Amino acid sequence: MNGDINWTALVVFILFFALVTVLGFFASRWKAGDLSQLHEWGLGGRRFGTWITWFLVGGDFYTAYTVIAVPAVVFATGAYGFFALPYTIVVYPIVFTIMPRLWAVSKKHNFLTSADFIEGRYGNRWLALAVAFTGILATMPYIALQLVGMQVVIGSLGIGGPGLAGEVPLIIAFLILALYTYSSGLRAPAMIAFVKDIMIYIVVIAAVAFIPIKLGGYAHVFQAAADAFTAKGGATGITLKSSQMVPFASLALGSALAAFMYPHTMTGVLSSSSGDVVRKNAMLLPAYTILLGLIALLGYMGIAAGVSVKSNTMVVPALFQAIFPDWFVGFSFAAIAIGALVPAAIMSIGAANLFTRNVWKPFVNPHIKPEGEATTAKLVSLVVKIGALVFIIADQAKFAIDLQLLGGVWIIQTFPAIVLGLYRTRLNPWALLIGWGTGMVVGTWMAYSTGTIKPVFALALGDTTYSVYIGILAGALNLVVAFVLSFVFKALGAGEGRDQTSAADYELASKSA
Amino acid sequence: MEDTPVRRAGPWQLLLLLPFVALLWLPFYNDVEPSFMGFPFFYWYQFLWVPLTSLIIYLVYRRVR
Repeated sequence: MNGDINWTALVVFILFFALVTVLGFFASRWKAGDLSQLHEWGLGGRRFGTWITWFLVGGDFYTAYTVIAVPAVVFATGAYGFFALPYTIVVYPIVFTIMPRLWAVSKKHNFLTSADFIEGRYGNRWLALAVAFTGILATMPYIALQLVGMQVVIGSLGIGGPGLAGEVPLIIAFLILALYTYSSGLRAPAMIAFVKDIMIYIVVIAAVAFIPIKLGGYAHVFQAAADAFTAKGGATGITLKSSQMVPFASLALGSALAAFMYPHTMTGVLSSSSGDVVRKNAMLLPAYTILLGLIALLGYMGIAAGVSVKSNTMVVPALFQAIFPDWFVGFSFAAIAIGALVPAAIMSIGAANLFTRNVWKPFVNPHIKPEGEATTAKLVSLVVKIGALVFIIADQAKFAIDLQLLGGVWIIQTFPAIVLGLYRTRLNPWALLIGWGTGMVVGTWMAYSTGTIKPVFALALGDTTYSVYIGILAGALNLVVAFVLSFVFKALGAGEGRDQTSAADYELASKSA
Repeated sequence: MEDTPVRRAGPWQLLLLLPFVALLWLPFYNDVEPSFMGFPFFYWYQFLWVPLTSLIIYLVYRRVR
């Protein structure tokens, strides 16, 4: 955060930001619907076809924080940071298999959230509350991290700085976001996602085509990175150390299992117009994974370009400033900042839907009218965003990063109830609830067990110790507890809750026999 | 979680397991050589699996839709 303002970059940045603001407010008229209804405000009326969903989920799943954080890890540790690639590849067979079923049953019963499905499937509002609570808890720090992404680029433009006054640009940007989300709902980020994604594609294609030429080609970029890691020593390098393989693979798998349990990704799926749209997107979304892989390479380019940064998260902005002309620096920073708005909006909408449907309605105001639901959700989306803003202004970015890490561990704990529920295996809801609680407590304890928050836990098997992603370990424990207790409860003849759904509700209508 | 209704898509659905095997078993690809256009094997192999996974999903999609 130096004091030199890059005026050309700043003007370009503000122009694009203004364009997106106008779009956000106009979005309320797009594919017009009655925005006083929650399924219109919070799910865009389930009207989004293949391309809109592609842009929406792409803009939502591959966030601005990713653009900053993934290259930062690659810059600091090398190959290990690339777990993001296997993660965002194996996630799609999972999405293809599971999510069309969730879409089908949600459409049939007008479920707006994952917790709505839990309530309908298991007839247990406490299990639904647990799923809603986990979703909200995991999302809050995620929203805060989008702000970190924005803060980094605003700081790099030379505006902003220490103290509250320095946060004014961030506050303005976020107020704009909060207002158009309030008025347009999910339509706003869906519309902005077009602009944002096209901008990000332009930036990344320019970066991966242009920067290596300046740096002497890819072979040279990788060589420079390899040399830097050899000099640095430790668990770094352009391939994995043998001790990193299990953490790498388990992080990739665990993150993939967690990914579409989050409220924001779930919202993206449920807002599609058909189950077929969801399936096609499982095929088409990997295009963003190529983009993510290229973005990750920026970390190596930063090493090859010899950028020096105070914090690893500055590597992408620093690289762009070192290589690109000023106007394109402004364009690319705008792309990242707008890239923060889309997921932040969808996350706050997802969290607001959960709170309204699965906390407020069943526990506080059971007689709420449909208009009341939409109003409540709009207010909650504001509160959620302001909470995230306060968090970042209070300089708690490190805490937000730790919480987001834990968020992955937590959200996996909703996987057994949701995913098993989509198939014939219907466990006892109380067993699932106890399994969830066990996973939450043990997972959190494992993460804290070494004193600092770590995503992996050292598991001793015989003579060898493996570091395994905690989400996987706690999730497995959760599953075992849920299965065992289900058998116990069944033997005791305990109640199993009422199931509103039937097997046919999960199947998509087949086009061809 | 892959215990999908196999009765509908038949063995085709099992193809969806391939990306898991290919990408989660690190000894397959944790190497620099053979490199390709300056990219060490570790990197181009992962990039290659992106279109391959799309293709596999497409093949299964044609069976189930």
